[in-house]
Amino acid sequence: MSEPNSPGSRPTSDDSGHEEPTQADTSQDEGGPAGSTGADDTAYDPRSGSAILRQVVGGDVVISLLAVVIALLLGGVLIAFADEDVAKTVSYIFARPADFFAASWEAVSDAYKALFRGAIFDYEADTFNRKIRPITESMTFATPLILAGLGIAVGFRAGLFNIGAQGQIIVGGIVAAYLGFAYDLPAVLHLLLCILGGALGGALWGFIPGILKARTGANEVIVTIMLNWIAVNLIAYVLTLGKFNASGTGLRSPQIGPHAGYPPLIPDFLVPGNTFRLHWGFVVAILATIFVWWLLERSTIGFEVRAAGANPHAARTAGMSVGRVTVLTMVIAGGLAGLAATSQVLVTGGSLTAGVAATYGFDAITVALLGRSRPLGTFLAGLLFGAFQSGGTLMQSVTSTPIDIVFVVQSVIVLLIAAPPLVRAIFRLPDPDAPPKRGRAATKEAAA
Amino acid sequence: MRVFKIAAVSAAAVMVLAACGDAPDEETETTSDTDNAADEGEQTGDDESEETAAGGDNSDFKACMISDAGGFDDQSFNQAAHSGLTGAEESLGIEIADAESNSDAEFAPNIDAMVQQGCDFVIGAGFLLEQAIEDAANANPDTNFGLVDSGFQDADFAPIEIDNGKPILFNTSEAAFLAGYLAAGMTETDKVATYGGLPIPSVQIFMDGFSDGVDAYNEDNGAAVELLGWDKEAQNGSFANSFDDQSQGASLGEQFISQGADIIMPVAGPVGLGTASVAEGTDTKLIWVDSDGYETTEYGDLILTSVLKHMGPAVEGAITETVNGEFSNEPYVGTLENEGVSLAPFYDFEDAVPQELKDKLAEYEEQIISGELVVESPNAP
Repeated sequence: MSEPNSPGSRPTSDDSGHEEPTQADTSQDEGGPAGSTGADDTAYDPRSGSAILRQVVGGDVVISLLAVVIALLLGGVLIAFADEDVAKTVSYIFARPADFFAASWEAVSDAYKALFRGAIFDYEADTFNRKIRPITESMTFATPLILAGLGIAVGFRAGLFNIGAQGQIIVGGIVAAYLGFAYDLPAVLHLLLCILGGALGGALWGFIPGILKARTGANEVIVTIMLNWIAVNLIAYVLTLGKFNASGTGLRSPQIGPHAGYPPLIPDFLVPGNTFRLHWGFVVAILATIFVWWLLERSTIGFEVRAAGANPHAARTAGMSVGRVTVLTMVIAGGLAGLAATSQVLVTGGSLTAGVAATYGFDAITVALLGRSRPLGTFLAGLLFGAFQSGGTLMQSVTSTPIDIVFVVQSVIVLLIAAPPLVRAIFRLPDPDAPPKRGRAATKEAAA
Repeated sequence: MRVFKIAAVSAAAVMVLAACGDAPDEETETTSDTDNAADEGEQTGDDESEETAAGGDNSDFKACMISDAGGFDDQSFNQAAHSGLTGAEESLGIEIADAESNSDAEFAPNIDAMVQQGCDFVIGAGFLLEQAIEDAANANPDTNFGLVDSGFQDADFAPIEIDNGKPILFNTSEAAFLAGYLAAGMTETDKVATYGGLPIPSVQIFMDGFSDGVDAYNEDNGAAVELLGWDKEAQNGSFANSFDDQSQGASLGEQFISQGADIIMPVAGPVGLGTASVAEGTDTKLIWVDSDGYETTEYGDLILTSVLKHMGPAVEGAITETVNGEFSNEPYVGTLENEGVSLAPFYDFEDAVPQELKDKLAEYEEQIISGELVVESPNAP
């Protein structure tokens, strides 16, 4: 915060870039709350903005997994709190503590059983279709999260805090839906056109903050947040316009054409009579994951993206155009978010509503964080969150546990990932960045 | 060392907390038992009376409701519909279940979860659930469905009927007509105003009725009260383009007041609160819609009356029919006649409204109920 926020400024001293990898990392680890300050600075400031990003990107898988475990435990406590039977038994907890623990156990286990049944495998269902339906639902919910999460992850790797996935999804959705219902084209062709249109719409909404940052140094955090609001109002307005407003209600566009929707992924001959909502959008998510992996790890552009993210000054010195990388990254991020929109709009009987983006744009940030901004990690994190979403639906309707518990669990995960020292402290894990401490931690563990 | 310190402190904390919990426990131990007994007694008592009232045991019937993104605590549409569900639980002794949708993507899974857990009657709250309810109704012909505030439509938005789907609609123009007549009779500047949230039928129907009421007053009394904000002929007027942005309500209110209107009817949910905030301190009065604004808002002293849409009783009625095996896919249309819509009392303005005007309103209400007068609206259900 001490440094003026001047994106594109020259390095203040030569050694700042040099010693920053060790210094910044340790200082971040020492001061967990530093994460809250990082968001205000642009990634061009090597000491704060990108340092927290690098820490998130460089953290290890164990922390992510432990964060999920802690969050689920905390969620359990909240479920117990919210339960009426538990509230009754707690009033005489000292007289008969067994009642309290039995009620709590029942509330929590019932809720998590329902979460499992709704997310993975419904062992209580009558038919095979119904039994495996939950996992397909989880994948359906995961599709937009994975795609938008990949977009965020690419930005993180380039040192860009792209908060604009929400707006990029909305604009991608508007374009995809318009192409879907306004034209009638042959099979396959129509779908491809709509997918392409959705990606371009999102890419356009990503291009704006990218070019503004590259040319004028405008902070991408602020610009993307503002563009989110513009998109929210834009879609409300668009839905009242001529062709979009055939219903006369201004709330829903006409349905997309018969050939514009993703076909179901699981064919009827594989699981006869299935009514799964899972569609080929999930395959698009898999392909996008592979593409992003190739882009970041194997392509020249990816190397530049990572270089700009690790140290923009060094990248500039090495002859790379950081501005070009910024624009390109934001366009790719926006395009991926636009693809997320297609998985929502381009379904059978799909249409555009103002709620097309739900909260995917913001959940995607969590997904990218949990996935450590790695393509595979983001994919798996997206699946996990999709499972939470799908399971939360059943949990809510069967045990009347508020679905908000799911959001609490997701939020706690982010909180813990932003503060690895907390997780390490809870599980008494050694800090990999501080070798001298390792001995002490070990002795402490032995003593305890 | 530090570990021991932390352990000691937490141990002390636990002891303190335990001590705190101990004191009231002695009492609650006994009282809670009696409470429980009393509760149980009450419950069984209730159950019996319910059963006799409903003429049978309905506990195997399950009615379920899914909200739109507003949630059941939105102090508006969803909440009103939900009160019908809980009302049915009390009066009929049925089981209920509900699920809130946080996004449009959750409509279909929520409805599916309800069908799977054996709901006999599944109600969707709001136009946005139309497609999801329609799909579920077609896929589950053995379950009955209800849809509040919207009819069923095909892909081109032409109305259709579904064998196991019942739309619950409201002809609010009838009550809004009375509100318009009242407003025209009460204005001192000969100007009244209305505006909507979004240009959608369920909003415009209020404005149509209001407009007709003003016209009827002018015709009866040779007056020239002018309506701002809505042209019924052209179906064109002022809109906040939002159902939650109160600043829009404030600026629209200011506009109307500066143009000389002294009675305003906002048809935009909480947006109307913005109008109320600028009307405060002026001579401007408001007419609230949907719920009774005198009770639900803090601006009761500004509210002349409210155009009520009784969603709770309508939902409860639909559930009762289904429980009794009398489900039909015929739309329920709330009117003045079946008390699905009505005009609220005048409360603080009870004395200010001349008896002559009250008589005239009663007369019109009768005419509308008897069918002698039909309030026409292109937005009518």
